[in-house]
Amino acid sequence: MSQITAAHRQEIEARHAHLLKSKPLQRLMPLIVVMATLLYGVYALWFFDIPRIVSEAQWFRMGLYLRQWVSYDVQPEFRLGKDGITIRYPRFSPLGDDPHPDWVVTKPDGSKFIPFGSGGVTIATTGTTIVARGATVHIDVTSGKPVIEGKPPAWVTVYDEDVLADLGFSGDVSLSADRVKVRKRFFGWANFVFDTSSPFFGKSASETLGLIFSDARLDPSQSNLSLALDNIWNNSAWQHGDVWVKLAQTVVMAFLGTLLGAVLAFPLAFMAARNITPNHFLGSCIKRFFDFLRSMDLLIWSLFLTRAFGPGPLAGAGAIFLTETGTLGKVYAEGLENIDKKPGEGIQSTGASTILTHRYATMPQVAPVMAGQTLYQWESNIRDAATIGAVGAGGIGLKLWEAMRTNSNWANVAYMVLLTLLVTFLFDVASSRLRQKLMGTDPRR
Amino acid sequence: MIFTRRLYTIIGLLILAYAFVASVQFADESNAGHFFDRLPHLFDFTSWLMPREWSDVWRALFDLPSVHDTGSEEYNFDVGRVYVFGSFYIPEYFQLMFVTLNVAMVATLISFFVAVPLSLLAAQNLSPSRPACFLARRTLEFLRAFPTIVIAGLFAAVLSIGPVSAIIAVSLHAIGALGKQFYEVAENIDMKAHEGVGAVGANWFERMRFAVLPQVLPNYLSYGLLRFEINVRSSTILGAVGAGGIGEELKLAISRGFGAKTLAMMLLLFLTVVAVDQFSAWLRRRLVGDDLILQHV
Repeated sequence: MSQITAAHRQEIEARHAHLLKSKPLQRLMPLIVVMATLLYGVYALWFFDIPRIVSEAQWFRMGLYLRQWVSYDVQPEFRLGKDGITIRYPRFSPLGDDPHPDWVVTKPDGSKFIPFGSGGVTIATTGTTIVARGATVHIDVTSGKPVIEGKPPAWVTVYDEDVLADLGFSGDVSLSADRVKVRKRFFGWANFVFDTSSPFFGKSASETLGLIFSDARLDPSQSNLSLALDNIWNNSAWQHGDVWVKLAQTVVMAFLGTLLGAVLAFPLAFMAARNITPNHFLGSCIKRFFDFLRSMDLLIWSLFLTRAFGPGPLAGAGAIFLTETGTLGKVYAEGLENIDKKPGEGIQSTGASTILTHRYATMPQVAPVMAGQTLYQWESNIRDAATIGAVGAGGIGLKLWEAMRTNSNWANVAYMVLLTLLVTFLFDVASSRLRQKLMGTDPRR
Repeated sequence: MIFTRRLYTIIGLLILAYAFVASVQFADESNAGHFFDRLPHLFDFTSWLMPREWSDVWRALFDLPSVHDTGSEEYNFDVGRVYVFGSFYIPEYFQLMFVTLNVAMVATLISFFVAVPLSLLAAQNLSPSRPACFLARRTLEFLRAFPTIVIAGLFAAVLSIGPVSAIIAVSLHAIGALGKQFYEVAENIDMKAHEGVGAVGANWFERMRFAVLPQVLPNYLSYGLLRFEINVRSSTILGAVGAGGIGEELKLAISRGFGAKTLAMMLLLFLTVVAVDQFSAWLRRRLVGDDLILQHV
């Protein structure tokens, strides 16, 4: 390669001045954009009052709820009477009615011991000793009030009438003069298969299988297998049946809405496409109609249809159908406007009718794109359907929202989230495989 | 050959038809009202939606007192005024729409700035190491698929119900969605510039800054704008389930049958969405030309 002389360089510079010398505004543009973004950020902090909200946030709740996603607790209550200690369990305890868990140990002197990690809690009528987190705390109740000897560690909070000891993930102990409430937390989902009212509750896997295949019927009206399946399906704690039906509703809503939308959008798109329908007025009317359907938004449609059809998947499917007609109509029309004219001209020159021309010249060009787009929309509608369910349009959304609102059922939320993730993931994979097959390569989306 | 293809087409259509009929039955059975029973009532909404006087829609939109105002919630338009200074006020619905737009804007900005580095880690041709690529991709997938409503609910419990939990929920989902689109763009770039900058000893950050970002930024920005359109819609929907903004008010008005208020908000929402769509389409065309439009809505 030859050396560039100074004169040569000046000549190149003069020839391409617009590339080498940019206008001041152009040069300042990135800086302006960055500054504007920063200013907007500061404004947003003020607008949403974010510093105050963050400082007032109760982050401990996050840990508490996330902990409940994967665990359950048992809360025995020990009543300290003159003639000994009586244990009570709340109704609907995950251990069933009248449980006798083997982790509550009765010592020879009548006191109770509950192990927590390497330490534990010893409850006697005169007082309670907690050995945990490398410290021993004795709380005496003989004076009619809980009294701690010495200075309590940071994880023990002393109130006037009671004492609360926080033992971290494994639970807590709250104490007053005549009762001790222990919350012992276990990792896992309690009673996931059979609930406490089922005859199979508390049996090991081999015992359950043995029962299912034995001839002695637990319920004379049905076989043990169908009883077991019925018990699982109607599990009162996890509501497997209801959750699965609601999940199916979500998928069906997206399926019906997208399919019907595609069916209606298909002929309309032909009428809207400028190169196919010569009447431009009709074309732009239909395009504005598509815009209207799309812009009215999924939310408004589902609110209206929920009023018309009552809450349920019909309302959701209808809302998705209306929005999707707009969306797919627009995409289809744009696809049709971008086709190559030549095959059509060739087929027309053989004397084919308009319908045949579109069948053999237009369709082969647009069909893969249309099918790919429709599949993609179906997949993304499954996600949207899960959200609009919360306003009453059917599906898993409402169930999720209700479980979260009560703030006590986070394990159920986790279960439903897990199922939703699984379904979304499956459809993601299936639709991208199908689209790859239809369009030859994976389309950028 | 043609025969087998036709056969496949027919079988496919039959399966589709069967799935369709079964789905309709399933949806109809589990709905509160049944399709054909409720169909005559489909246009019942006109009875409450049509206001007594059309100028009431206008009054509701600008918070002007209505002649029908008897203290009921249906016509108390001027109650919601947000006074800025003196007697100058912002009408309630404009303020709420503004909140929703700001939620979408902040969420888009956050997700954009997080998704850019994540996408560079997730692109197979650019990722500094295979585990980083794998990890980034799984993170994006997880964020994309996680139900938005659960994140909103969880943060509503921690931060108090309001627009901030909607911002977090919308941005987390948008990070996943944008990140995927971004790394697909990044995987299709011309690698020569990357090689050249690498050859003079640039480290990973310098290669990204000087060889990759200039190539991908127009596409990234255009996807960001598309995401803004989508975020406006999702923040409206999240509003309806309690995250503030115009969605909440709209849900209330529709469920109670306040015709004038509903029409005013629908008009405002419609105009906003159209304006946002048009603006972003115009900006996208300036950034990357027409080729992206077809693939997106």
